[in-house]
Amino acid sequence: MALIFDIATQGVQMVLVLSLAPLLTGFVRKVKARLLRRKGPPLLQPYRDLLRLVRKDVVLAENASWLFRAAPYLIFAATWVAASLVPTFAAGLTFSWAADLIAITALLGSARFFLALAGMDVGTSFGGIGSSREAMFATLAEPAMIMMVFTVALLVGSTQLSTFSSFMASPDVGLRVSLAMALVALVIVAIAENGRIPVDNPATHLELTMVHEAMVLEYSGRHLAVIELAAQLKLLLYASLIACLFVPWGLARAEAGARELAIGGLAYFLKLTVLGLLLGIFETAIAKMRVFRVAEFLGIALMLGLLGTLLLFVSRSL
Amino acid sequence: MDQRLIFDIAHLLAGGLVLISFLLLYQDRMFGLLNMFALHAFVLSLSVAWQAFAQHAPHLYITAAIALGLKAIAIPILLHRVVIRLDIHREIETVGGIGLTMLLGIGLVALSMVVMLRVTEGADRLAREDLALALSVVLLGFLMMVTRRNAVGQVVGFMSLENGLILAAAGAKGMPLVVEMSVAFSVLVAILVIGIFLFRIRERFDTVDMHALDRFRGERA
Repeated sequence: MALIFDIATQGVQMVLVLSLAPLLTGFVRKVKARLLRRKGPPLLQPYRDLLRLVRKDVVLAENASWLFRAAPYLIFAATWVAASLVPTFAAGLTFSWAADLIAITALLGSARFFLALAGMDVGTSFGGIGSSREAMFATLAEPAMIMMVFTVALLVGSTQLSTFSSFMASPDVGLRVSLAMALVALVIVAIAENGRIPVDNPATHLELTMVHEAMVLEYSGRHLAVIELAAQLKLLLYASLIACLFVPWGLARAEAGARELAIGGLAYFLKLTVLGLLLGIFETAIAKMRVFRVAEFLGIALMLGLLGTLLLFVSRSL
Repeated sequence: MDQRLIFDIAHLLAGGLVLISFLLLYQDRMFGLLNMFALHAFVLSLSVAWQAFAQHAPHLYITAAIALGLKAIAIPILLHRVVIRLDIHREIETVGGIGLTMLLGIGLVALSMVVMLRVTEGADRLAREDLALALSVVLLGFLMMVTRRNAVGQVVGFMSLENGLILAAAGAKGMPLVVEMSVAFSVLVAILVIGIFLFRIRERFDTVDMHALDRFRGERA
């Protein structure tokens, strides 16, 4: 019985992330539009876009290989699995014991690998530019992410997300400068990985500066729908990761009852709202940077990760 | 007060000082550099004041006040004026690669931790942490003086180095007030001398770029 309950909770989590992902994207768009005193598309617009794309026919380039057709599903699968590993409303879910933060990083890395390959597959110049830029950012973003993981893992003694969030919610955590650095590093990595504004503009299609959109330019129909959904899932994943690592309050414990789970769900919804608001405000306030400045921007994240790890050695453990 | 919290706040402030040292290395605009230096001194004074509280050493409050008044307010304003009068406030200088400098800085922080944690084995926890971070700030100040070509940048590097020394002095118990006062005043004298020198260099070479001096001595530029 307990096993069935566990699997059911995990199933709820998987469906929840999938169904909330377009909503979060729609919410961020709405916030940005309202800040510019525009009305903005309705909150449910991303769902409608996805539906419309699914109904449309796929237009394939003549020289597209099997990889081009398989890549969207691979990307989506890897991202979905990664997103269902992050504790959103409850810690200690069945799947979360199967993989840790490093595995999540690896899943996202393989998703990016396939996306970059698919960008180059058809052989248009835009796809190639997008893929090479994505690879350039990834060479900096991934070490920064791993350093951030090391910082938190050294502190907690585990890379398990559930263990970490319960440690963060306990009074043991104290006041630590390393954690603040890890938080900033994670936020920078999240912005870069999701192609948000200082790094990439998710709303353009016509500029030479685009990265993510350049790679998926050749996709259409259900392939595009799946890729878009994967991108939205990734945004939700990073938001959940920040929420679960650094604001774990309200997260239901393992073996929690229905009431605690409901509180956890409500808290998760609130956290996502706040993070979405912050992202919208940040994106409105800041200008996009040149592509060659991005390396410096991500370098900050890497440096903060390294420094945070170093400072841990002279912290309370002395 | 909870002993762990006292330690945590000391660690937070000293760690923040190291972080601001990195921001100083990163900053390539003149006024940004000076503002960042003022912040550096401000965090230093907070850190010293916290050490005074933690060690129950009231004379350290005076050190903190000197750091705040002199280095967070007076010297930045002075340097501001110098920069405006030298007309170099729009200059942006890039020295080597910023990435390489950052990596070197991280290496120096690691080095100072390895050295200090070995040397101070068995000492008080608060002092050990403080000394390790203070040595990092000193070494980062050195690094800044090495990598900057502009004389004002080098002055700021020197001042941030001196901030590291004060942090170390505050961590060590029983540092007499007389020593600190004399250090503070010698820094003030140093900034005056450096200020005069800046104008002299500028008069002689029409620039405050230190490469001009190298050329003048007959070295290869």
